[in-house]
Amino acid sequence: MLKTSNIFQLQGRKGILNRSTIDILVEGLTILAVVVIIFIIVSILGIMISGGWSRLSLKFLSEYPKDGMTKGGIFPAIIGTALMTIIMAFAAVPFGVITAIYLAEYASERSIIAKTIRFAVKTLAVVPSIIFGLFGLGFFIGFVGKNMDVILNGGELKWGQPSLIWASLTMALLTLPVVIVSVEEAIRTIPRDMREASLALGATKWQTIRKVVLPGSVSGILTGTILAVSRGAGEVAPILFTGAVYFMSDLPHALNDQFMSLGYHIYIMSTQSANVDETLPIQFATTLVLLLLTFSLNAIAVVIRYRIRKRAN
Amino acid sequence: MNDIKVHVKDLDLHYGVNPALKKVNIMIPEKMVTAFIGPSGCGKSTFLRTLNRMNDLIENVKIDGEVRIDDIDIYGKEIDVVNLRKKVGMIFQKSNPFAKSIYENIAFGPKINGITHKDTLDEIVEKSLRQAAIWDEVKGRLYNSALSLSGGQQQRICIARTLAVNPEIILMDEPASALDPISTAKIEELIHELKQDYTIIIVTHNMQQAARTSDYTAFFYLGELVEFNKTETIFSNPSKRQTEDYISGRFG
Ligand SMILES: Nc1ncnc2c1ncn2[C@@H]1O[C@H](COP(=O)(O)OP(=O)(O)OP(=O)(O)O)[C@@H](O)[C@H]1O
Ligand SMILES: [Mg+2]
Repeated sequence: MLKTSNIFQLQGRKGILNRSTIDILVEGLTILAVVVIIFIIVSILGIMISGGWSRLSLKFLSEYPKDGMTKGGIFPAIIGTALMTIIMAFAAVPFGVITAIYLAEYASERSIIAKTIRFAVKTLAVVPSIIFGLFGLGFFIGFVGKNMDVILNGGELKWGQPSLIWASLTMALLTLPVVIVSVEEAIRTIPRDMREASLALGATKWQTIRKVVLPGSVSGILTGTILAVSRGAGEVAPILFTGAVYFMSDLPHALNDQFMSLGYHIYIMSTQSANVDETLPIQFATTLVLLLLTFSLNAIAVVIRYRIRKRAN
Repeated sequence: MNDIKVHVKDLDLHYGVNPALKKVNIMIPEKMVTAFIGPSGCGKSTFLRTLNRMNDLIENVKIDGEVRIDDIDIYGKEIDVVNLRKKVGMIFQKSNPFAKSIYENIAFGPKINGITHKDTLDEIVEKSLRQAAIWDEVKGRLYNSALSLSGGQQQRICIARTLAVNPEIILMDEPASALDPISTAKIEELIHELKQDYTIIIVTHNMQQAARTSDYTAFFYLGELVEFNKTETIFSNPSKRQTEDYISGRFG
């Protein structure tokens, strides 16, 4: 009888490729993949920078678009994106934190409700963003807004139309899974000892969550918020039908005003512009602004998350 | 003998279907130190945790029998677990101060009890730290993180934190097992001081520690309370063969 180690040796010799050939192949492919990815990222950045850098200036950031958007800046789009993401965060973060607390602290793993929520969160995370846009249009504008008009304004159109609030809430739905997952992960890194210490001192479960668990999860809540904001800032489809417009001569003043947004601005200029050549530098510059914004937000989130992980070990 | 503080009658505990405690009966005297000894896995921690109902946190735990503290059944319907835990404090094997300042650690219990007055809190913090014999070591850095202290100091911070809630009973689950001999000696000295005012129940694997610190000793084996008596009696003249084998290290 052969010992098992001998069998493996024999098979190794019989194979066309021996271990080291496979290793070299896999390593080569990996390096190739990395090179390709880096090449793509560098090219994107390169094109953006070479095409838009000359256009980028303080004036570009602080002016309204002019002459059918062939000149001027992107000020209202920056403000619109900022307002939309802020309102979105105010909706998504508390809701996400509460859900994460429920999942991590209250629900048993086998509870039907918890399973349903987890399933819903996973599903939400993979739904194409255009579906959120359609849902926002149908639910927030067509149902909630219309009924608010009927009840509050005697049918006069005020809320039943695309606006900042509905776009923000639609985006909040899209980013909710990001918040829930980050916060739950952070809550679960709080060691059991800490909870027991608090409970053994006569704290209630809620006091323990408020005074021990949540303070320890601040960085997770922060990461979730930043990731949600950076995701929401870049998405176009959810706000396409729910509140974004291609031009406004003024900033939004109320929740039921429409707004301009960076992503939508790029989309419009690249598809609807009468003179694409002339707006090309503006498109690149706007894209550059959006990219820098989301890149830096993501970088901050990565750093915070790294620090949470380090603490967890 | 002092009054009975804890009276346990026919206590059974199951984790799922596995029995961890079998018909435990014991009467623990007030303002004395009672040690629980026994081989690993015999149910010492489990029993200790039934006394402040920490086992409630674990799913699938089934408890039968009675635990009476001051003659009140703590598993009774009208019992408020939160109040019970204020009365029955607990020190864990691994020191577990919060990631907060030393001051905030001690003030945690009083604050959740609604004490907000700064001077009162200051007073409680100082008194508790003195009682836990760590005031002199930390008085200059009350606002530093408790995690910056040594393991032995952290454990005494945890003791101070428990004292700040003003409990009557203090449960200690191997409080010195992770500490060096000097820190251990300090904790033992502290236990000796504290028994003037508190009923102390301590789990330990260290026979000398049990002999040095306790007035009464309970020997557990496979979920059963084999023998409970004055510590001197247990160590000099145990009545059960298993107890004798265990304390003399002839166990197997
Ligand atoms: N959370 C739990 N779930 C299921 N079984 C448990 C749990 N905790 C303890 N047990 C089991 O109950 C029995 C008693 O455990 P316990 O921790 O009380 O022992 P111990 O005497 O404290 O041991 P040690 O000296 O090692 O701390 C063991 O068989 C253990 O495996
Ligand atoms: Mg134990």
